Amino acid sequence: MAEEVLSKATDSQDSPEVPPAKSQALWSRILGIFLKQREATIFIIAVALVIYFQASNSTFLSKQNIGLISQYTAATAIIAFGEVMLLICGEIDLSVGFVYALAPFVMYFAVQDGFPLPLAVIIGLVVSLLVGLFNGFVVVYLHVPSLIATLGTGLLLNGITLTISNAFQVLTPGTGTRFAGIMGNDTFSEILWAIGIGVVMQIILSRTRWGLHTFAVGGNPLGASEVGVNIRLIKIRNFMITSLFGGFAGILEAFRITSTQPDAGGTVIMFNAVAGAVIGGTALQGGSGTIIGAFLGVVVLGLLNDGFTFLGVNALTFDIVIGAAILIAMVLNVRLQRLREAGKQ
Amino acid sequence: MSEQAPEEVLRIEGIAKRYGAVTALRHVSLRLQRGEVLGLIGDNGAGKSTLIKIITGFIQPDDGKIFLHGNEVKLRSVPYARSLGIETVYQDLALVNELSVYHNMFLKRERLFGYVPLLNNAAMRREAREHLAQLGINLPSVDTEVAKLSGGQRQAVAIARAVSSNAKILLLDEPLAAMGAREGAQILDLIRSLKRKGVSVIMIGHNYVQVLEVCDRINLLQRGEITYDKPVTQNSLEEINEIVMREYRTAAQ
Ligand SMILES: Nc1ncnc2c1ncn2[C@@H]1O[C@H](COP(=O)(O)OP(=O)(O)OP(=O)(O)O)[C@@H](O)[C@H]1O
Ligand SMILES: [Mg+2]
Repeated sequence: MAEEVLSKATDSQDSPEVPPAKSQALWSRILGIFLKQREATIFIIAVALVIYFQASNSTFLSKQNIGLISQYTAATAIIAFGEVMLLICGEIDLSVGFVYALAPFVMYFAVQDGFPLPLAVIIGLVVSLLVGLFNGFVVVYLHVPSLIATLGTGLLLNGITLTISNAFQVLTPGTGTRFAGIMGNDTFSEILWAIGIGVVMQIILSRTRWGLHTFAVGGNPLGASEVGVNIRLIKIRNFMITSLFGGFAGILEAFRITSTQPDAGGTVIMFNAVAGAVIGGTALQGGSGTIIGAFLGVVVLGLLNDGFTFLGVNALTFDIVIGAAILIAMVLNVRLQRLREAGKQ
Repeated sequence: MSEQAPEEVLRIEGIAKRYGAVTALRHVSLRLQRGEVLGLIGDNGAGKSTLIKIITGFIQPDDGKIFLHGNEVKLRSVPYARSLGIETVYQDLALVNELSVYHNMFLKRERLFGYVPLLNNAAMRREAREHLAQLGINLPSVDTEVAKLSGGQRQAVAIARAVSSNAKILLLDEPLAAMGAREGAQILDLIRSLKRKGVSVIMIGHNYVQVLEVCDRINLLQRGEITYDKPVTQNSLEEINEIVMREYRTAAQ
């Protein structure tokens, strides 16, 4: 049939580069990588921070401090992996930090009721999944914007946690056992969980239908549904995985610090997770993002947090700096997206 | 072969669809023969796209019946309609800007590694490339983000996606809108060749000359109803123009 060339090549950015002077090509190549690969940029920032803090204080890279940074990073990173999925498909979960607080209490009370610890962990995770299902249901079927719906769920969960715990902390069951060690109490177990989950999520995001459909739903919801993508299913699944990760991170932390706090997590850990995702290149408007980027983003936040403490920066000053840095990162994120879109026209 | 009794592939009876206070379709009935190209024309807001979306299973009608090969069917979802051989090029093209050409072409029909639920990108790339080449569609690369394509190229990708599987009924909602004359002519060629293979087509178009060039029969949709249903002849263009002019005049009063 149509034998001729149907359309001329456009001035597409990735048409084969014509190499001018070699050095110039190299520079534009590197610049291109920086602009395109947010991960590369954020990785270099992380390395620079490590060098700076190490130069300021030579114990920064001690095993003990690396352990601290990894522990600070791990729980937030796990939550960020879920938020990446949600942000890409155009939603957000503000309640995840309260699932983080609730899940270990559920686990605690399950043990009190005579369930073996591993089963109690599973019960905590199932409750987390149900919270995600609820969030997804309210957003997808009742059409409440996720910003509001999950804020409501968060408050609700916080109330539940405070009620069942009487606002008292409890000792995490199983402390000192091998199981507790694997579940977060061993110094590096939490970060290993985070890395393992991150690898699996990156594969899911970039190599499965679930991931592809997540991008499609965020990029063009109407178009995706017109070709038959089940938007509701994708969104509910992503709410569920985020909530699951919130609960799991909370349980890991409870094992790590051996006590379970009713006011753990909350909006702070959620905001750090979202900020890490956004710093790592996940678009606030949906349609793009990576798990690796989010991990690196959270690592940078962890390095800053730990490094500032190391340098003896006042905690309040620290909040001002971090808050401003996160806001700037978010503004840049939105601006970059706009620029990119303008470039596409 | 031409003496064979016409084989009805699609029949629609009394389809109605309301959007709140707006009645998009009042009472639409039409039929489509095997290997027939039916032109569906009508003013903006006449309900053409709504009708297409009902046949493709994307929206459910409030009333009416749909028959495929004489059997009544409930087109409950897009994948279900597709499993029955109905493929669509939507007016908005339904492409995801952020995804590559080949991911768009295989969206919701992804190739996996057998039972391993991982995307077989290599296979999708290859098939997309082959398929585009077969249709004479030339793109920088199947890895290009759809956002970086021209309007005509995007339309070509959407058309290639719809004809890539073995569609029996092809629904084209303004497939030539963003195309130049030469590109448009190639798509018309493509429609003719599909017709020869026995594919039935419903085509919506604003440009009556283009529609009449490729269609066997014309249906005119006016205010949610089919008001004109005739085979294309020498004087179809004048007839249609006259009806449309009459509509303009009544609207102007
Ligand atoms: N999702 C929707 N919600 C509310 N009203 C709708 C919706 N979709 C279509 N309509 C209305 O239904 C009517 C028919 O729309 P439709 O898109 O089918 O027209 P059309 O014939 O395809 O027009 P055009 O030539 O402009 O594409 C219009 O009045 C439109 O405003
Ligand atoms: Mg239309």
